[in-house]
Amino acid sequence: MKMTGAQALIKSLEMQGVDVMFGLPGGAILPVYDPIIDSSIRHILVRHEQGAGHMAEGYAMVTGKPGVAMVTSGPGATNIVTPLANAYMDSTPLIVVSGQVATPAIGTDAFQECDITGVTMGITKHNWLIKEVDDIPRVVAAAFHVATTGRPGPVLIDLPKDISNQTMEWYWPSSVDELDLPGYHPVTFGDPVLVGRAAELIAGAQRPVLYVGGGVLKARAAEALRALAERTGIPVVTTLMARGAFPDSHPQALGMPGMHGHYTAVTAMQRSDLLINLGARFDDRVTGKISAFAPEAKVIHVDIDPAELGKVRKPDVGIAGDCRQVIGELLLAMDARDGDGPIVGDLEPWWRQIHEWQERFPLYYAEADGGAIKPQNVVEQLRDAAPEDTIVVAGVGQHQMWASQYWNFEHPYTWVNSGGAGTMGFAVPACIGAKVGRPERTVWAIDGDGCFQMTAQELVTASAEQIPVKIAILNNAYLGMVRQWQEMFYEERYSEVYLSPDLPDYVKWAEAMGCVGIRAESPEDVGPAIDKANSIDDRPVVVDFRTDAFEKVFPMVAAGASNDDIVVHPDQAVAR
Amino acid sequence: MTAAGAGTGASADSAGAHLTAFTGGKHAAHRHHILSVLVENKAGVLARVAGLFSRRGFNIYSLAVAPTDEDEHFSRITIVVDVESAPLEQIIMQLDKLINVVSIGELSPAEAVERELVLATVAAGPTERSQVIQLVGVFGGEVINVGTDRLTVMLAGRPEKIDDFEGLLEQYHVVELQRTGRVALPKLERH
Repeated sequence: MKMTGAQALIKSLEMQGVDVMFGLPGGAILPVYDPIIDSSIRHILVRHEQGAGHMAEGYAMVTGKPGVAMVTSGPGATNIVTPLANAYMDSTPLIVVSGQVATPAIGTDAFQECDITGVTMGITKHNWLIKEVDDIPRVVAAAFHVATTGRPGPVLIDLPKDISNQTMEWYWPSSVDELDLPGYHPVTFGDPVLVGRAAELIAGAQRPVLYVGGGVLKARAAEALRALAERTGIPVVTTLMARGAFPDSHPQALGMPGMHGHYTAVTAMQRSDLLINLGARFDDRVTGKISAFAPEAKVIHVDIDPAELGKVRKPDVGIAGDCRQVIGELLLAMDARDGDGPIVGDLEPWWRQIHEWQERFPLYYAEADGGAIKPQNVVEQLRDAAPEDTIVVAGVGQHQMWASQYWNFEHPYTWVNSGGAGTMGFAVPACIGAKVGRPERTVWAIDGDGCFQMTAQELVTASAEQIPVKIAILNNAYLGMVRQWQEMFYEERYSEVYLSPDLPDYVKWAEAMGCVGIRAESPEDVGPAIDKANSIDDRPVVVDFRTDAFEKVFPMVAAGASNDDIVVHPDQAVAR
Repeated sequence: MTAAGAGTGASADSAGAHLTAFTGGKHAAHRHHILSVLVENKAGVLARVAGLFSRRGFNIYSLAVAPTDEDEHFSRITIVVDVESAPLEQIIMQLDKLINVVSIGELSPAEAVERELVLATVAAGPTERSQVIQLVGVFGGEVINVGTDRLTVMLAGRPEKIDDFEGLLEQYHVVELQRTGRVALPKLERH
């Protein structure tokens, strides 16, 4: 069957099972937009290419399927650089197809030309510039294979306009062997000898902690993790990228570790004698000062990316493999230990210590003493009024930390945020993508006023496409996290962080974008505003919560400080 | 690559060994490892490898690239890395993540044979010309081009020997000098 390169590209996406893509057309990608009219794939027209990228990420994070975005050359492609970098940091499978100027024009500084494969080399798992029309099906199949296997990540396919217009004989690669990837062999199973040594270390541990990262979610290993946790009775911390991998209501759940983690999660890791790292990467926001991090702990590190083993902290046992497979192997190794003594040390004293920390230093904020809405209270009320399987999406900053701290995550894939890259403006487009991927779920974005202003225009997309997301703006009129640092570390010298609570007018702005706009100005407005927002399901809703500008995120470990020096809320510090 | 040209009869390697003591060999003390990286011979692969080193903060000491097979599907990149910039294992693991990297061989200097080639153009009038030619001859190098008042000479050998040769050439007026960076293969076992 003869077809154009453009038709082959769309057909290849269909062959990969793509049902939705996010994009914005332009000159160089024009040929590819024509066959979209006849395709089964739903195309969602964004208002800015960054939105397309983050929507595809949100879609991928809640469905486990790769997100697909399509943009034109030059500025279209550079506008999606931030989502590619974001997806690279958070290991999200993202496929970006970019148009490119015609091959004879490449290198001539042609109109809307940009060397996007060069630009994105360091922020994609791999990228391809297609130079032969016959390569299209093979490259698309290879791109999906690379993006979704091993450590997932973003890929980019750059497609010159003349290649799109050329004709080829259709084919579809029948196996991985035909993808021309001689250097790509992702690992899955862990080395049984190393797994056996891990089981031995666990058997000898008195103060173990399961340090659970995003790799557990990527490996669809939440059930396996629960089996391992319950089998051993070991406490579990879930990093910012792993919220939902283990139910917060579980008695073994200690919450989130890190710079703004739960006191008990942070301190249990610090005092641990064995960290069992499953798919986390000793990120600096978790470890604090690395030389002072968990000084007495031996380390078992399981990661599908061998380069993570020893990158930051040298493991005693490093296992390259898929978390689900390795946990399964570990459970089998524990079965095999029967008769060789217990599978783990006596954890009773450890749990006594942990419970004492939990009692003394629970999450805490001071109740409002005047008219101010406490942002933490907004998150609690949103949580209590929402179905348990609600998907929560956050931007980056104080609101993100409060959302992670005060929401109770009971199910995997209910938390979508920008972890590694810290991309402000992530929430609005990402929640739209999440709702497209899980239309039956309630999707709440908890956003900041600074973040919201970066990508709010995508609510036009949501209205036009009838994607009824809900956005809660914790509007404290500041770039709040930066304000907090300036208060704490720059002697309250506030430099360029004030935003104003009512410029823009978020309610009018929401209405102008086809959404329902609601405002809550005092604590008694919060409940009714949430009820009203929850009652609307035919269009996007934006709620402008005017929150206390002086509220800070606690606990906190200052940048570069040891996790031993965790700072709790001033009211709790007395108790310490 | 053998230094066959000048035909002085002196063993090139023994001359090099002798002269190492004399000049010190400016790279001899450098802590380095050699990575022999087999890559797909595709556009942009060298940029991917070089970009990885730069963004991860690893230092490349020298680098040589050439196709390895007749149909040119693969190239071999020989990279001398400064192992003080990062643990060798981390460099290898990160390199291995590049999709176009097929395999990586690690060679420690003790387990490898290494060679490098230098071309140098030296300003040499009638009085100095014979001295330069003699020096090239002692090292087992070759005069490969002769102008009215300049010579271009070539020497291939162990990197330390090239260092020594370069050091001795400096007493003449070196107009241009170009080294290739080293290539290496594992030492063979002897029974």
